[in-house]
Amino acid sequence: MCLGVPGKVIEVDREMQIATVDFWGVKKQVRLEVCDAPVEPGDYILNHVGFAIRRIPPEDAAETLALYDELLRLADEQDLMTEDVRAELDAAPDAPASKGARDGAG
Amino acid sequence: MAQADALTQLKFRDPTRARGLRDALARLVAAAGHAPVSVMHVCGSHEQAIAKFGLRAAFPSDLRVIMGPGCPVCVTDVPEVDEAVALAKQGVRIASYGDMLRVPGTSQSLADAKAEGAEVDVVYSVTQAVELARRHDEEVVFFASGFETTAVATAAVLLDDPPENFSVLSAHKYIPPVMEIVAEMPETKIEGFLAAGHAATITGSQVFEKFVERHGLPVVIAGFEPLDVLAGLVKLLEVIHSGRPRVENAFPRCVTKEGNLQAQRMLWRVFRPTGGRWRGIAHVPNGNLRLRDEYARYDTRRRFTIDASALWEYAPPKLVQQCQCGDIMAGIASPSDCTLFGKECTPDSPVGACMVSAEGTCKIWHQYGGRPDLRSIKRGAA
Amino acid sequence: MSRNPRLIDERITLKYGTGGGAMRALIEQVLARGLGEVGEGGIGLAAMDDGAAIRLGDRFLVIATDSHVVQPIEFPGGDIGRLSICGTVNDLAMMGATEPLALTCSAILEDGFPRRDLERIWDSIRATCDEVGTTIVTGDTKVMGHGELDGLVLNTTGVALTTRVISDAGLRPGDRILVTGTMGDHGLAIMATRNELALDTTLESDVAPVHSLVRRALDVGGDDVVAMKDPTRGGLSSALHEMADKSGVGIVIDETTIPLRDEVRAVGELLGIDPLIAANEGKAVLGLRPARADAVLDAIRSHPLGRNAAIVGECVEERPGFVVLDTGFGSRLLAEPEGELLPRIC
Repeated sequence: MCLGVPGKVIEVDREMQIATVDFWGVKKQVRLEVCDAPVEPGDYILNHVGFAIRRIPPEDAAETLALYDELLRLADEQDLMTEDVRAELDAAPDAPASKGARDGAG
Repeated sequence: MAQADALTQLKFRDPTRARGLRDALARLVAAAGHAPVSVMHVCGSHEQAIAKFGLRAAFPSDLRVIMGPGCPVCVTDVPEVDEAVALAKQGVRIASYGDMLRVPGTSQSLADAKAEGAEVDVVYSVTQAVELARRHDEEVVFFASGFETTAVATAAVLLDDPPENFSVLSAHKYIPPVMEIVAEMPETKIEGFLAAGHAATITGSQVFEKFVERHGLPVVIAGFEPLDVLAGLVKLLEVIHSGRPRVENAFPRCVTKEGNLQAQRMLWRVFRPTGGRWRGIAHVPNGNLRLRDEYARYDTRRRFTIDASALWEYAPPKLVQQCQCGDIMAGIASPSDCTLFGKECTPDSPVGACMVSAEGTCKIWHQYGGRPDLRSIKRGAA
Repeated sequence: MSRNPRLIDERITLKYGTGGGAMRALIEQVLARGLGEVGEGGIGLAAMDDGAAIRLGDRFLVIATDSHVVQPIEFPGGDIGRLSICGTVNDLAMMGATEPLALTCSAILEDGFPRRDLERIWDSIRATCDEVGTTIVTGDTKVMGHGELDGLVLNTTGVALTTRVISDAGLRPGDRILVTGTMGDHGLAIMATRNELALDTTLESDVAPVHSLVRRALDVGGDDVVAMKDPTRGGLSSALHEMADKSGVGIVIDETTIPLRDEVRAVGELLGIDPLIAANEGKAVLGLRPARADAVLDAIRSHPLGRNAAIVGECVEERPGFVVLDTGFGSRLLAEPEGELLPRIC
């Protein structure tokens, strides 16, 4: 089943309520009658079994990433190891994995 | 390329943030003061995401993330499968999602019926089933499995004037009622729930408010990318720790409080919730979705006389009695607790539904190795 | 150590043709019983390698055979003809025989098959043979009744001589695993083509002869190339599992280093098919001793078919027969493909 994949709207046929959506270079037609908001080319939608179930506002992507960063800050609040985690986040993408001692997850 | 960047962002797979979230999770579990900390998710797609990205090997060992009855194929009960199989053997053309094909009924699956000559088509979307009906004169029955998110698609198609030779055999299910059942099970030690992001996109986060009030168990709604799952768990552990159970939305880009009103309207216009059996879980009040009277003319059960009695002449094979799918789906046993797992019951020769579906706990554990000790794995040479 | 399931089915169903455990069990327990001895130093039926090798004095005669039932017979990037020739040339190459002596080709046609289509397929076969520098020297033709066969089935057999045979069972702990390019292209291109899925994509099969690519690797790597397999049905996953199982080693792969086209990844996600179990028809998986691994990688990258080659993992002692994937977020066991998930892709 084509489950919950986000894609970018390329074309909209308002009469037929169908959008042509680009998923990383692959185009597919997706039905719009169930979507929670009208879509325009350039919008992102969440596809579920051939139907758009949500128009993803572009600012929401940034909001979610901010939420994750906030979670990290809150979890660290009383923690002496805050410094290390922040440093890790600020470090280059291929920074070495966290030290074995506090990393119970390998 | 701007588009690739945006889509990459949407993919939420940044390994650095993932490591930070993983460490936060470890700290929260350690601070809980008891072990293990048990939480449950009720979505096959969450289990698949966890398996696909190997997150279980990264969870702290004192955190149990249990998969509940979130695989729609697995919880489709034997009589429902028998209805589809019986119709297929009666010569009716059945269109079904691929997973359902191999789910065992009393004596046969749709795949068995197909191997004996029945017309069974695999479709990726309900719209394909409608197209089949348009292309052929004969009756086409869509065997509609899936939870509420998938039921919306079925509803949309029924509201769009489908051809007269099309009908729906609804095996759709509704998740919130089964959470009540699990929360009320005496054996359960679940401290909080991770709720499915896509279902909540439709229903809104509000649908869990009453549940939280009644049971005092927090619910956090999470998406399906690796960061989504990790952040959802971090949030859940935080809320558990706070002692203030509530509903939290960790998937704000897709889930709002009211949800998708348009989709809800369509869903409840076509379907009504009714009590019924889920495979292995016994009776779930309001857990099954059936077509309302206004759509009776597209209801397979009202269009056809389905005689499944011939299928009941077979005594259930002994193995089925040892199958622990029910307990596994309720989250009180894991696949490795089942004596059949990996031996008599494998993806090649499944005994229970959990081993058939791509979202079945047993299937996923078998494919991805369950929770083997992979912590010692170091990165390969590059 | 046989991890293949014990045969219990009364009938041979589709899953027995997908290249996974069921098929291996069928071969082991029915088809190969009492057959396939090739004498001292050779590689016979029991090895279930890409081909067979029979010692002839100071050289080996290598033989490989394939049947092709791909649907549709013409697909983006190729056709059943090109697939057949490349399939056999590549199987020979995987055994270390990179200069085919000759090929055979048998065709079974369905009554009513259009002559123009047959001519087009044969143009493709001719062109591919020229590309490789080989030819078809004998064959067979049969026609079956309408409805008794689906269009066209081709079988090709190839023979070649080589001084050194490389099996798929030569790995030991510490060896590196190399893939010669992007994974999953062929299988997912075929799945994407099937009309009912309504995907609009430019995905193409990667079907190509890799004998000259392998030649380059062998010239540079010599004895340090210790195992080879082409990841056709069952994809990279099948190839790695067989190599790990036969060699008695575990394999750890860094998933983030596996070359993957964006579109292949997208189609895979949309269809719920893992590119690592989807077929490749123009790629090879090599097991390399560490000493010359980087040199072999450079040599392969210098070849037009090897531009995206990468070293993606290594062999370990732990968990022999199992393949572990480091996903970048955690680890999991790489699933072995099973069932008729991808029918008629090669």
